[in-house]
Amino acid sequence: MRYVEEFRDPVAAKAVLAAIETVVQEIGATAEKPVHIMEICGGHTHAIFRYGLDRLTPKGIEFIHGPGCPVCVLPMSRIDECVEIAERPEVIFCTFGDAMRVPGTRKSLMQAKADGADIRMVYSPLDALEIARRNPEREVVFFGLGFETTTPSTALSIQQAAREELRNFSVFCNHITVPPPIKALLDDPHMVLDGFVGPGHVSMVIGTHPYDFIAETYGKPIVVAGFEPLDLLQSVLMVLHQIRDGRAEVENQYARVVPEHGNPVSLAAIEDVYEPRRTFEWRGLGEIDASGLRIRSKYAAFDAEERFGVGYGAGPRLVSEPEGCACGQVMTGRIKPTGCPQYGTGCTPEMPLGALMVSSEGACAAYYQYGATDERLEAVE
Amino acid sequence: MCLGIPGQIVEITDANRLMALADISGVRREVSVACVATPDLCDLIGEWALIHVGFAMSVIDADEAEKTLEALRGLGEAQETLEAMAEGASALEGTQ
Ligand code: SF4
Repeated sequence: MRYVEEFRDPVAAKAVLAAIETVVQEIGATAEKPVHIMEICGGHTHAIFRYGLDRLTPKGIEFIHGPGCPVCVLPMSRIDECVEIAERPEVIFCTFGDAMRVPGTRKSLMQAKADGADIRMVYSPLDALEIARRNPEREVVFFGLGFETTTPSTALSIQQAAREELRNFSVFCNHITVPPPIKALLDDPHMVLDGFVGPGHVSMVIGTHPYDFIAETYGKPIVVAGFEPLDLLQSVLMVLHQIRDGRAEVENQYARVVPEHGNPVSLAAIEDVYEPRRTFEWRGLGEIDASGLRIRSKYAAFDAEERFGVGYGAGPRLVSEPEGCACGQVMTGRIKPTGCPQYGTGCTPEMPLGALMVSSEGACAAYYQYGATDERLEAVE
Repeated sequence: MCLGIPGQIVEITDANRLMALADISGVRREVSVACVATPDLCDLIGEWALIHVGFAMSVIDADEAEKTLEALRGLGEAQETLEAMAEGASALEGTQ
């Protein structure tokens, strides 16, 4: 338990870990027959590795790293479309920095920028709006990306652009939603999942009820969790209690931030601006019904797909992933990052081949960053 | 990108557009308070909020803000956000 001392509250962490140990024994879970707990959110994946939670918890618990990093699940074809838009001379293409290094078929946004495209890293869609105001002669396109946490910010920006009648602002919409991929994973007969740790900041927007189906239809426990190491440990304990007691409920460990019914202003903006796409492609998971959002026709003037004639509806879309990339298998928990033949050789954070290596929230990058060091530390101990 | 960072609202800059100035780990930047707006926006001054890509998403108490900041610093996420904010500022000038 040497890492526990790094925690803000090591005494509390030790107590929770001891309780986890006890419940794991009561359940009878072992290294050979572990309980599989999926953390959905990439922020949680990052925290689990950063704080070594997977090593602190008993062997009877196996963490499965879910599809909750929006950069990681973005298919190559969407990056290709970004590059296509960004390379138009009249366009200023605005993106979150996280997406810059994701490889496309031809190039990443980083490479396109080096080749002369006017691509700018912004912190907020509000920055893109301001760039549009300051550059009325240019077309400013914002790369809308992310789950329900970022979705309302793009929606509110589109509403603002509409109020100001900005004519040179549009959004390339890649917003995705958490519940459909979870349903897809639960429907997959190869997946073994005993419970979930739910994404805290997504839930701040959507509340806890969108997860009801996990408990009611599939009979699996889910606990919405915060981002402190102690939050995560407590949530794991709550999941284990449910498993031991044969319960399947939606519980909220992060109630200090997550309201049961979400944020009404955000939800109204989402409803006003977007509608579900019939289907959306996820890297590693393929097409998932109603898992992506598109801009409603009333805001068509702000939809970059309409304006530039790219995206869904503009021809064949499926692009195969790079040779040897096992991102899909890692994301569905079938193999560990180290099981990918490219891990650490053909694929590193500096030269990522697959998306899970790009963002610090991707399982492979987290594994690479913390896993390797920890093993070395253990070796010298 | 996916984790919010606590910031303290220090000034309402444009009540019509629901914009306010927030102090985020010592850096001041304009954020939207549309999602946490109160009938009198001035009530927000001094409050802590979880700020996500430039939008105050949820009002939190000072103790929670401090805990969250500490967790984010541990993850390197606070520094990343501050860098992204600086990038955003230079993107406006076209100097990236
Ligand atoms: S090592 Fe690279 S290619 Fe292999 S699964 Fe991870 S990100 Fe994908």
